[in-house]
Order: sequence, then C-alpha cells, then structure tokens
Amino acid sequence: MAAVNRRVLPGFGLSLGTTLFYLCLVVLIPLSAAFLKSATLTWDDFWGAVFTERALSAYALTFGASLAAAIINAVVGFLLAWVLVRYEFPLKRLFDALIDLPFALPTAVAGLVYSSLYASNGWFGQFLAPLGIEGAYSKLGIVLVLTFTGLPFVVRTIQPVLKDLDPEMEEAAASLGATRWQTFRWVIFPALLPALLTGFALAFARALGEYGSVVFIAGNMPFRTEIAPVLIVGRLEAFQYAEATALAVVLLIISFILLAIINLLQRWSNTDGK
Amino acid sequence: MASDLPPLSADPSPAREQANAKPQAAEGSTTLRQGQQDPAWVRWTLIGLAVIVLIVLVVVPVVNVFVEALGDGVGAYWENIAGNEETLHAIGLTLLVAPISVILNTGFGIVAAWLVARFQFPGRTILVTLIDLPFSVSPVVVGLLFVLLFGMQGYFGPWLRDHGIRIIFATPSIIMVTTFVTFPFVARELIPVFEEIGPDEELAALTLGATPWQMFWHVTLPNIRWGLLYGVILCNARAMGEFGAVYVVSGRIAGQTDTMPLLVERLFQEYNTPGAFAVASLLTLLALVTLIVKAYLERKIDAEK
Repeated sequence: MAAVNRRVLPGFGLSLGTTLFYLCLVVLIPLSAAFLKSATLTWDDFWGAVFTERALSAYALTFGASLAAAIINAVVGFLLAWVLVRYEFPLKRLFDALIDLPFALPTAVAGLVYSSLYASNGWFGQFLAPLGIEGAYSKLGIVLVLTFTGLPFVVRTIQPVLKDLDPEMEEAAASLGATRWQTFRWVIFPALLPALLTGFALAFARALGEYGSVVFIAGNMPFRTEIAPVLIVGRLEAFQYAEATALAVVLLIISFILLAIINLLQRWSNTDGK
Repeated sequence: MASDLPPLSADPSPAREQANAKPQAAEGSTTLRQGQQDPAWVRWTLIGLAVIVLIVLVVVPVVNVFVEALGDGVGAYWENIAGNEETLHAIGLTLLVAPISVILNTGFGIVAAWLVARFQFPGRTILVTLIDLPFSVSPVVVGLLFVLLFGMQGYFGPWLRDHGIRIIFATPSIIMVTTFVTFPFVARELIPVFEEIGPDEELAALTLGATPWQMFWHVTLPNIRWGLLYGVILCNARAMGEFGAVYVVSGRIAGQTDTMPLLVERLFQEYNTPGAFAVASLLTLLALVTLIVKAYLERKIDAEK
C-alpha cells in the first residue's frame, strides 16, 4: 500500500529533503561537534577527565539516584496505572490529568518547590528533621525530585496496555480456580512486564540527564551531592571545554545505549501484547 | 498495524492509545467483568495509596508554589512581577524564544510526519529514531554542543567574532538550544495521527482534481488539527520551561539573557525566595493551563473517532 503512495501522493521528495536538511541543521551537526571535539582529545586527556575521583563519584551518584528514582517510579507508576484503569473513585479524571504535571511543569519550578518543601523548616522537612533525615541538600532530595520528574513515564506506558488486556484471560484463570493474587501474578503481571520495563527505562534515561530540578535541591557538594551534569557545567564555567566534552561524551554514549534498549523493549511490548 | 513503525515513546498520546485500542466502553466508565473484580478492601487500600502518593508528589508542591508566592500578600506578589524590570525582561525573552522554536518545530513536525507516515523508503526506521534523539540527550549536554560550535573556542567562534555576530551568551543560542530540545514533540504526536487517518481521503481529493496544496489545506490539515494542537501545546510547555540547555549557553547575564526559568534560579540564589516563587507561580500557571487544554484536546480527539 505504502509503496503505491509515492507515485500517487505528492511531496515525497520535498518532505524528504526538508526533513533531512532540518534534522542535520538542528540535531546532527551539533551532535557531531561533540564527537569531533572528543576525537581531538588524547586517551590521557579523556582518562584524566573521566577517571578522576570526583567525576567517578558524580557518575556513581547520577546512576544510583536515577536507578532509585526509576525503581520508585516503577512501583508507584504501576500502582497509579492500575488504580486509574481498574477502579472508579471521586475526582479520578482530575488525578489522571495531574499525572502529566511533571511533563508540563518547568524543572526549575520542581526543583525550587521541592527544595522548599523538604528543607528543614519546610512543610515536609519539618517532620523529617527530628528523625535526623535531611530532605533537601542531600541524596534523598535528589531521588525525590527525580521521582517527580519521571512520574508520568511508567503510568503512561502501562495504562494503554492494561486497558487493552483481554478480560477473558482473567476470567479463564478465575474459572480454573486461580485466586485473584495468582491471576495477577501469573496472568496479568507478565502481560504488563514489557510496558513496565519500557516505562522504567524511559524514567531512568530521563533521570540520568536531569539538571534543572536537581541543581536546586542537591546542594551540589563535590563527592557528596554533585551529579554528572552539574560537574559538566562546572567544567564549562571554568572554560575547561576538553574535560567537559569528555564527561559529556560518556553521558551521551550511555543515553544512546539506553535509547537502543528502549527501542527494543517497545518492539517487544508491541509484538507481545497483541 | 500495517507498518513496522515502533511507537515513539511513552508519551501520553491519546491518538496512539486509540490506534492500539480495541473497541471498549466509553471513557470514564470502567465496566469490569466479574473475573476482573478485586475485593473491596484491596480496591480501597490501593486507591487510598495512589491518592496519597499523588497528593504528596504533585498536589502539595503545586499548592506550595502559590502559598509561597502569595505569602506576603497580593500587593507584594504583584510588585515582584510587574514592579521588577528583570522579571518583565525575562517574561519578554521567554515569550520571544518559545514561539520561534515552536513555529519551527511545528513546520518540521508536519513535514516529517507526512514523510514517515505516508511513504515507505529505506532508512525510515532509522529516521524515526533520529527524530527522537534529542529526547535522550541531557539538556546540559545540548548546551555544551552549541558552545562547542559557536563559543569563543568553538569551531565557528573566531569567524563569528570577526564578523561581529553574537550567538553564545545571546538570544540566538537560546533559540537554537530550545529548538533542539523541543525538536521531536510535534512530529512524534503527528506520526500516529497521520497513520490512524490513512491516505484515503487525500487520495480521493487528488483523484477529484485537487492540487497538492488544496489537498493539504482542505483535507490533511483539518483532519490532523487536534493532534497538531496537542503537539504544539506540549512543545510550547517544554520550550518555555527549558532550563539546563539555556543555562549553559545564555551566560546568565542579568536583565539580558535570563529566561523565566533561569530567573527563578537567580532569585533563589540571591535568597529572594518570594521573588523566585512569584516567577515560578507564572510557570506553574502555564503548566496547569497546558494540562487543561491537553485534557480538552484529548476529549476532542476521542469524540472524533
């Protein structure tokens, strides 16, 4: 069908040309700048930038906090998707709409308000402080704000799959004597797993690169609460472009690998669920 | 689906959900069969947990923004916004940069979606992945890319300086990074919309003698209008709210290259918390309006099925 279109529908050449030109101009040329620049670095430069104690601890924190936030997102997102698809309750539509707030709210605002809420005199922080828990300016704060920015991903990947789930599978399980929990564990959960993993990977990828919200709440102390993007900005502000580029290329490569994994996961959830 | 196109993302596109959906009960009414019923105590425990999580993570922060912003009274709030020249300049800059990026990416989005959804050609899957690429690049790294290109020590830096053109630490670079960051929004919303509608009406128009332009204006554009608007408002929300990439390229010159999100950070660093929250409250309003328009458009899109 589609092959016929090219002869009948207009604009193939024009749209192909325009798309490629704009893509190169806006995305590919800037991206190639990073790799061109890093190609001028020697291995020693690269190693010297990436394998310092400070950089390694920044990467470790970025990974650890993103992973923690993505795991929380997976659990909470699953719960939210389940409740929104399966149950009726007052104000359900409002709550459903609010899930997308982290996509619509500028990250700087998220960072500002979370640091105010979890500071030791903040609405939530005042209850944490007596317990000896630092909400803002700590690793916990980073995980909290990353959980907020990644909230919609898991919910929005699971929701459509859960809606489409064939009710007959559950009925069959029930009529064969499965308890509700067994049905969930062995019938429903496996069907949702690809979507759950996709949402998890999307939230994780988003958290890895997040800057705006974290910079407010982290305190940005080297070795303690400094994430990799903050370190990159620090290097840039000191005009150490080579080091900044080396640090950035590592992040870029990680995000490309994640992008490939997400593509595979999405293909899996597409073929599996249907 | 007939195509081998992978879904683009987890992004909440009603069109995409619809494309995969089987016929089902009207939205909002959850009609479950008996085998799907959970015991009441499970139901209400889970609902309670979900509501608490949403209140703690989302509702309280939104309320907090407005309480903090209005904490010193409406007069002080107004003064923080309208009485401050830097704030007015930041609002102006954001209102200049975002529309330019949105218009550029909307034009591109329509063209790219037409290409990807209507034609089969080698490399199509790769093209779709490339369109998605900007989403996976950290905003800070985006900023760095443009500094490497146009900064003083960058590839075009010396040439630009000799010709008296300022890009980095000036408005052009802010527009460029914002365009990069919001690049995929419209295209990825429109691709599933185009696929869903299919080319039949367009082919009919052409058969009846319409020129390509007539077909586009009278058939294609009316068909995609809600999906298009949907992509545009999401693109706009992100464009107005972008922080990391703009932070790196703008140089943060007070009263010159501060956009609204950057100003929030500046005021926060200067311990002017009420000021920071005043600007933040405007951005929060933007987010809330975006959500309302989005919900309205989702209904429209559902209703037209």
